[in-house]
Order: sequence, then structure tokens, then C-alpha cells
Amino acid sequence: MSTLRALAKAQAVAAGVAQPVATVRHLHLAERPLVLVPLALAGEANAPLAALVGTAPDAARLLIVPQPRNRDQRFRFAAELAAVVLPYLAEFHVATEAVPVDRGRDVRHRYVEAPQLLVPNPAGVTFLRLLGRSTRFRRPDGDHPVHPDVPLLGRWLTFFAERAEHPGSSALVAMTDALTLHWATGQSPVEDQHLPALLGWIDPPAGMTGPQAAARAEEPGRCPPAGPATDPDFDNQVLAPAIAAYARTEDDPAARATAYAELERVLRGQLAPTWELMWRGVGLLRALPPGARVAGRWDGDKDAFTSHTEHLDGGGGPQPRRDGAVAAAVRLHRLERALTSYAVQRAYDDPLVMAEHRLTGEAFVGEVTLADPKRVDDSGRRPVLRPRVQVVTTEPVLVPVGTTLFSPARPAQKAKVVFLTPTAEGKTEVVLELSGGMGRGLTAPPGTVPEVGERLCLTTLSDGFLPAGAFPAPEETPWTHGGPPTSTAERATDGDAAEDWS
Amino acid sequence: MTSTAQRLAVIRGPVPPKRHNARTIAALTGNPGCTRRAVLDSAGVDKPKLAERIGYPARFGQSPFAITRGNAFEAQVKADGGTELLRLVAQRLGVPVPQRADWTDLGGADDLPDRQERSRRALTATGPDAALFDHPLLGLDIAGQRVHLEPDLVAARLGGRFHVVEIKSFPVIDGQADPAKVAAAAIQSAVYVLALRELLAAEGHDPELVSHDVVLVCPRDFANRPVASLLDVRKQLLVLRRQLDRMARLDVLLAAVPADFTADPDADPAALTAALRTVEARYAPECLAACELAYFCRAEARGHTAALGRPVREALGGVEEVSEVLALATGERAAPPERAEAATLLRAAARLRADALAGNPA
Repeated sequence: MSTLRALAKAQAVAAGVAQPVATVRHLHLAERPLVLVPLALAGEANAPLAALVGTAPDAARLLIVPQPRNRDQRFRFAAELAAVVLPYLAEFHVATEAVPVDRGRDVRHRYVEAPQLLVPNPAGVTFLRLLGRSTRFRRPDGDHPVHPDVPLLGRWLTFFAERAEHPGSSALVAMTDALTLHWATGQSPVEDQHLPALLGWIDPPAGMTGPQAAARAEEPGRCPPAGPATDPDFDNQVLAPAIAAYARTEDDPAARATAYAELERVLRGQLAPTWELMWRGVGLLRALPPGARVAGRWDGDKDAFTSHTEHLDGGGGPQPRRDGAVAAAVRLHRLERALTSYAVQRAYDDPLVMAEHRLTGEAFVGEVTLADPKRVDDSGRRPVLRPRVQVVTTEPVLVPVGTTLFSPARPAQKAKVVFLTPTAEGKTEVVLELSGGMGRGLTAPPGTVPEVGERLCLTTLSDGFLPAGAFPAPEETPWTHGGPPTSTAERATDGDAAEDWS
Repeated sequence: MTSTAQRLAVIRGPVPPKRHNARTIAALTGNPGCTRRAVLDSAGVDKPKLAERIGYPARFGQSPFAITRGNAFEAQVKADGGTELLRLVAQRLGVPVPQRADWTDLGGADDLPDRQERSRRALTATGPDAALFDHPLLGLDIAGQRVHLEPDLVAARLGGRFHVVEIKSFPVIDGQADPAKVAAAAIQSAVYVLALRELLAAEGHDPELVSHDVVLVCPRDFANRPVASLLDVRKQLLVLRRQLDRMARLDVLLAAVPADFTADPDADPAALTAALRTVEARYAPECLAACELAYFCRAEARGHTAALGRPVREALGGVEEVSEVLALATGERAAPPERAEAATLLRAAARLRADALAGNPA
């Protein structure tokens, strides 16, 4: 945790309400996100119990599993969920846009919009990942057939769960993560994972302080947990009798309908408060202006959505249980690059995030006191434009002479530190030589060189292009990494379908 | 009765001490620096009842579904006289699967001393090469108190060594399980390894006959078929031993506790609250998942940076109170020399935060 964020937490304790740690929104919010609040049965390996799902606050669809240990009912739930999710995804399979590639020599097409899934917390993301894992290898034929939509849903859920690991992606977002990215509460990060308490701190009801609202949110009787785990007391006193009552009515359709309605009622009671909180969270995030680079990252989500659609349309198989050596290395490399660029982009977009870097000496802000925009360096084979500016800052400058710095105001320009002079008043004079971002001529177009009096932020963080690493083809996997994969290694097995259930 | 035991009896009140089990012993390693916890646990105080009395009830319910599933899985794994289980364990240990194995059920409703004696005899006797012992009864001294423990299973003389086998019902999906659950299983198993080693050592055998590799048996993927994994619990053994030694030196801790301190749940709540405040606690948010008294300690720690978590406290330069953090950050309070560095950092942070929030572009 950065000191700046920790200080915001201390301020939140003193103020009794959460404090902002961002001035802009760092994630994309779709116009019609699909909100999904899942519940799972305790003790089982990802047994869905119920879910509220929908794209508007007044359009919640309740799905329940009356006997969550029953495997057929579990896949029926998956089919019902698919009947909501797949049509939602299909809404985006309409218009495409052309994107120039290969320096404008070619174009490719991608969908103009992409779907977005919102769940309450990281455990909700894990739930979807496991639901994807348990359904994507199922088959509509064979011994234990499932509805044809089930494996397709599994592949899409796996796609979303993988995107959720991608730093800066907004395809599948946990609400607690999204909120803590923008607000610091006066409670610990462990407690921030509880959506009702977190929102209590950020947006306490009238007449209550943040800690009062959070304390109230911790009483499971008053405020059910945001799932997927249920409250043990609820399981004991309400759910277990309701499931047992349903199980007893096997031969009596009328009693069965009543028991089913009762299960629906109690499960809706557990889900509805979280559903309300999800949309309140959406409202709070929507009120923040989006950061300048959010749209660019969302384009990445659109690309991923398009390419997974093409993979499925081309008859591609389900994602493997485990990545092969090459695929794993490529994926890790991609995630690392995304993580670096996400951190830089947030700092560039948001002065409050940049302040964290200023505190650690990775950035400083100063005023331009001298500028020589016409300076030409003719010591080389041909003369080049190399303007110099002097910046005076009161902040400590920890970078050595020769370092290349960047400025969020002109991301394409490099600024090399030429001289560093501490002044008598404790300030530092920094002389910078600029290159790039000024056209090809020997005179800089207006605005491309900082002028005297301009407040300038300079940082070691670069939002420049990060070249992708080179990896061998899977069939050329070196022996140190297990050698080329055998064709059976990644075959989707149907093993657990034949298993007895509970 | 020693003076320490007498003092613990006073602290506990006129009720029998609460019995430890592997889970509560494992929990002792969670926050070793907490005196309040060490004293209460050593005295065997009924902490859930105490927490309820003082108005901060613990929330450690277990769902009936989880209990049913756990029992069903254990019964299934142990069915058929353990043939399948033996194969799983032997294959995981990389030893040839024995043709047949002795299965001794040491459980049952007998008296404790009798069961303990039976377990001791069975585990130290020489017998056929492969033997499985179900529900052996082991003992461990916790703060001068004998605690009885029942591991799920001990596989003996398989590959020449004893292995503790722990059966858990959380799934291992594609070779991965919930790390928090695996960590909890590892420390619980370490308790059994320690107890088994003490038993062998007391009989003059080499304690190293008990392997530090514990076999964890869990359902595989989404079905109920078991899969065995090895857990190296050497680190957990070290942690456990250190904490048990510390509890054995309880008189040192008790010296700092007021002489009339009591945590008898039947005492007056206001008096209990006042008494508890005289014994130092070291609250951290992780306590919420491990200690029944955590909600009380959290309320007490309000306004302290420790309540926000260790990383936050460290990022704030180790300053203990939120009010001091803010006073240093605004420069209201002059920093004492040992806080000079923290104060400089906090002042810079406050200035940068105010600057950015005022809308000054970076």
C-alpha cells in the first residue's frame, strides 16, 4: 500500500466516511452491463444455489437450484443462465468497425461494443471461473448430455474469467475492486471485500456515519453477505428446512410448487439487497468522469471479445484445463505488460495517482523557467531539433543526470536530464533536452515545446509501446519445458460426468 | 498445583478448561504476539461465551451443508477397508502399492485413557509392513495442559515411515485448491505430526520416523473421487513449536497481567470488559477469521493504524494512532526525533494529496 493511499485511509477514519483516491474513473462502464449476483451451496465444489441476473435495476431475473447437490439440476441452472447470458452477448455481435493495422497498410474488423459483466466481489469472479470450468467440457451428446448452450456458456465464462485477470480490463469486474480503486475506507482491505460494509463507508445512508453503516452491514441477519458464500445461520435455520421441504414433495405437484415458491422467496431475500448495492455502486462509479486512457483499454476488451467470437465461430475448442508451456509463458508476458502499462496509464490520467509516484521520487512537478525551443544540435552527421527547457521544482529529484523522463502532457516526447542544480532555497533546477513529438522539421510547431510559466510533470514512467517478447511455436517447446505437447495432453476429457453425485 | 496453574484457574473461573483441538491449536500460531490471546487460550477460557457476554459475539458458524459433505466424503474415502485409500496414498508417496494392509480402527466410545493406551501400543508395536490406523488418539501438552487429538488417519510403515493423512472436503480443481484452505490444513496436520513424534520419542523411537510430508486427500475437480497430494509441513512445525514453547513459559506473560485479572464468563460484563482491557492485545484484521474475541479487540483498536492492517500501518511509518498520523501530516504536532522521517513522509504525502485533490494537473 502506498503512503498516499494509507494516508487517505487515516483521513477516512477521522472523517467517518471514505475518501477519494482517484479523481477520474479508471474503468469502463458499459451502458448496459450485465449484473450477476451468484450464490453457491456451502461445502460443495462450486454448486450454484441461486443467482440474480439482469441488465437494469428493475430487470432482475432470479434463477434457483432447488436441490443444489443434484447434478442434472446444476446443469439445468447453467442452461437457464446461458439463456440470459448468450442473448446478451449476441446483442454485441452486430456492428463492426475497421481498425488500421500494420501502420495503416491493412485493416481488421472488430465489434464496436463489447459486453461487460459485473459481480459483487473477487469470490464472484472465482465462482464464474469455476462454473466455466465445470461446464465448458460438457457435451450435448453421449452419456450425460447437457443442453447445447451449456458448453458454450462455459467457454464464455472462462473467457470472462481470464479477462478479469488482465490488468486494466473491464470485461468482468468485481464491484469491491472497482470501488476500492477509487475510494479509501477507514477499515482494512480484508473488510473492504464485504460489499455492504464498503458501500456503507463510501455512501452511508442519511443520518449515519461510515463506521455505523459498516457495522450495520456486518450483521448477517440484517444485511445478507454479498455471496457466493451464504450465511451459516441462514443455511441452518432457513435454507436447509426449505430444501428439505421441497425434497419431501416429490409426488405432489401442488405442494411442490408451493415449496419451490418458498425457496424462491428466501433466496430472493438473500440476493435482493446485494442487487440493490450493485446498482448503487454502478451509480457511484458512473458519476466519476472517465480517465483519458480508459477508452483505449476498453478497445482491448473489444479486440478480445471479437477474437474469442471468431475462435468459437471457427469451431475452436474449449480452453484447455491448463496452458501448455509456451501458451503459459505468452500469457504471463502479456499480463506483465498489461500490468505495467495499466499502472502508467492510471498515473497519466489521474493527478492523484501520479501523486503516489511523486511521493516515491518517480515523478516531480515543476515550473518551466527557461525555454530554448529553437535549439538545434548539429554535432552529429545531420542537424536535429533538440530544444532545451529548465524546470524548477520544490520536490526532491531522485533521478540522475542522463535519465530519460516523460510528461503526461506530451507522452510522445522524451526529456533527457542534462543538468541538475540544487538552489539555495532548497529547490532544484533541472535542465532537460527534448526530442520527439515535434514533427520532422527543424522548427517545433507551436505547443510542442513547453513554454515559460507552464507547470510540468516529469516522470520516469513511460506509456510508450512495449515490444512483445518472442516465443517459440508450441511444437518447438524446448525439452527444458517438457518438450512439444503430445496431442492427447490437452484433450477435453469427460471424466467426471460419469461420477456419482453426493 | 503450581502457582501458574492456580492463576490460570482463577482467570478461567469455576468451570472446566475448554478443550483444545487441532484447529484451535493451529489458530494459536495466527497472532503469536498477542498476550491477551495467549493468556486466555492457555487458561482454557470459553472465548465464544466470553465474547457474547461482553457484547461482541463471534461469527464462526458452520453451514450444515458443509458438515454433511465433509462427513460423507470422509466415509466414502474410508470405505472398503481403505483399499482405495491405501492405493492413493502409496502412489502419491511413490512406494509400491502393498497387496494388503492392516486396518486398525482405534476410535470408539471407550474411556479416554484406555483409547490412548490402545493407540500408543498399536502405533509403537512392530507389525506388518503396511498398516493404517483410523482415529488414533494422540496427546500434546499445551501450556501445561494435556490435550487429546484425533487425526483422521495415520498411514504407518508405508515406505518405512509414518505419514499423517488428512481428509478434507474442499476440491482440488486441475491441481489447484483454495490456498487459504490448504494453509489451514497444513498447520492442523503439523499439530498431528508433532503429537505423533512426541509419542514415538516417549517410547524411545526415532521421532523422525514421522514424515514431515503429510498426505492431503481431497475431492478431485467437481466430483467426489479422491485425489492425494503431499504437503511439506516443516515450516508449520517450526512455527507451532515456537508458539507452544512460548505458552509453556506462561509465567513470564502472566507477570505482566494484573493479579486480580479474571475472564470468567459468569462475571459482570462491565467488569469483564474492564479486566480484558488490562491485558495487552495485538489486533490485526486477520484476527477476524481466527479468534473469537476479534470483534471486541477491533472495537478497542478503533483509531489505531493497526486496525487498518499491517501494510497500512507500515506505509504510515509505523505511527500507532490515526490522530497522530494526521497531526504529523498537517504539521500540527512537531515530530519527536524518532518520528522525524515518518513525519517528513506524511507531510509530503498530505501536501501532494491536497494539491491533486485541489484540481492541480500533474
